[in-house]
Amino acid sequence: MSRIRFFDATLRDGSHAIKHQLTKKTIADYCEAMDDAGMYTIIVGHGNGLGASSLQVGLSKLTDEEMLTTARKHLKHTRLGVYMIPGFGTIKDNLRPAIDAGADLFKIGCHCTEADTTRQHIEFIRNQNKEVYGILMNCHMTSAERLLEEASKMQSYGAQGIILMDSAGASTPEMVKRMTATLVDSLYVLVGFHPHNNLGLAVANGYTAIQEGAGIVDGTLRGFGAGAGNVQLEALSALLIKEGYELNQNLYAMLDASESIVRKTMKEDRALTDLSIVSGMSGVFSSFKTQVLAAAEEFHVDPRDIFAELGKRKVVGGQEDMVVAVAEQLSHPVKKDTESYMLESLT
Amino acid sequence: MKKVRAGIIGTGNIGSDLLMKVMRSEFLECGIFAGHSPDSRGIARARELGVPVTYDSIHYIEENPDCCQIVFDATSAKVHEKNAPILKKLGKYTIDLTPAHIGPFCVPQVNLEEAMEQDNVNCVTCGGQATVPLVHAMSRVADIKYVEIVATIASRSAGTGTRNNIDEFTQTTKEALTELGGIDRAKAIIILNPAEPPITMHNTIYALADDPDMEEICKAVGRAEKELQKYVPNYKIVLGPVFENGRVTIGIEVTGSGDFLPAYAGNLDIITCAAVEIAENYARRKLL
Repeated sequence: MSRIRFFDATLRDGSHAIKHQLTKKTIADYCEAMDDAGMYTIIVGHGNGLGASSLQVGLSKLTDEEMLTTARKHLKHTRLGVYMIPGFGTIKDNLRPAIDAGADLFKIGCHCTEADTTRQHIEFIRNQNKEVYGILMNCHMTSAERLLEEASKMQSYGAQGIILMDSAGASTPEMVKRMTATLVDSLYVLVGFHPHNNLGLAVANGYTAIQEGAGIVDGTLRGFGAGAGNVQLEALSALLIKEGYELNQNLYAMLDASESIVRKTMKEDRALTDLSIVSGMSGVFSSFKTQVLAAAEEFHVDPRDIFAELGKRKVVGGQEDMVVAVAEQLSHPVKKDTESYMLESLT
Repeated sequence: MKKVRAGIIGTGNIGSDLLMKVMRSEFLECGIFAGHSPDSRGIARARELGVPVTYDSIHYIEENPDCCQIVFDATSAKVHEKNAPILKKLGKYTIDLTPAHIGPFCVPQVNLEEAMEQDNVNCVTCGGQATVPLVHAMSRVADIKYVEIVATIASRSAGTGTRNNIDEFTQTTKEALTELGGIDRAKAIIILNPAEPPITMHNTIYALADDPDMEEICKAVGRAEKELQKYVPNYKIVLGPVFENGRVTIGIEVTGSGDFLPAYAGNLDIITCAAVEIAENYARRKLL
């Protein structure tokens, strides 16, 4: 069996946790420390990917180009990876410049039911002879059968692997088992899983996916990432070693970088906070946390109520504008028409 | 009263919605509803309505140039690139509803007059039609440094063309914000939401400005909203303009008139209403 590929998203998903304020020094130090750690790729950028620096999801301290050129300089042996969500970034403004800046590997993502929006981008990357993977976000929001349908589309566009993102950390191990097995049984490309830790299951879910035949785990050191954080790759590695898996990754290198670089970069520890748990329960993408907290303060409403309401509305990644709309509505009681008021008084 | 014949190429969601609006128009009638796929549900439906149809797409118009004087192209950016020179040669006034951006942009509330002097005009995108007028209104009363728009539409209302053109859609919307909106820096974000029941088309505009005069902004935006409502009756500002977290925020909802898809698909209506507004003005002034 071929060895598990780790896609290291520390410098991408981690950006969410520090409001996209990564510094050149952190990127340089991290890439230098991890270049020989056996990661299949190190992905760098704004949390939502290329072209996502915005008022909607958060402005980045560095431009995409600054981040990529810095990483490129310090990665000699590891593929430099980037992420992009069509609708945020475009071929002209973002993919071409990323290729020029030296990116080797591309992850093209969309909400789990919208794979056809990635066709242009996956085909474009393939035609540039770069490596490309399809990402289905918020995979807990649809059935395993539908995921297979969408993954098959991406495979037909030329994606060299499909990664399911459990963006809200809302998947149970049973769900992970079912969705991974369904894809592995029918696709000829590699399947991967990207766990989040809202329910404390990230390592377990990463491991379950591997047991079901996933060849890629997309995670971060120290769990540095959006909301409750990601699967902590050091812990997963330890578990895999215990279970007798042969790894390409160097556990000590990961642990060292985690302690010496990532710990300093993280603003808070990755314990399960109230909002992490509520966003996991509501099934709302963890990265909404920043916007929810700001809106809760601005409109004097409970951030937990905002998450619950967003969950009812089934918002998807990128719909951060709904946070303000929901908070504004929660901030004043619903105006009632006379009829419903009378009906309510009767009950 | 005499009407001007218009051809519609493209029989998907947008073409089918457009057909209903053309059939109701005082000034227009549908001369040909042209697609290429024998399975097109749009063509089957149009035939039932008694509209002349063809599976021969633009070739029908080449061979029967008298069937229409105005052409709406609701295919895809790639197809319109091929159609545009043919239509130009045939001398048809062309209204392009794809994000191909071959002719100049037209958002009727902002620059209808210029569109009357062209032979091919581009309707930007649904997100562009919904947001450019308010950005244009704000930029006249405030020093706007940057604008960002987020257009969220129901998955079901995004047909094959829209999905295959998501890249042009994003890029074109951004370009229209700077070209017509009167600002230097802009960004467009497009989101598809698959929730059931489907969500109504929602747009958010964020604007960064130094010390904005909110009273002036509200007035200007309110005026633009009223003017837009003349040709997009179900266009509504649902939030703001409010100043929050250092930015001016406006929320917009567009419900559809339910011509082809149900009311959630306001994204179809806003672009087809704009296209019909351009066509009716051209027909009235130049052809009737």
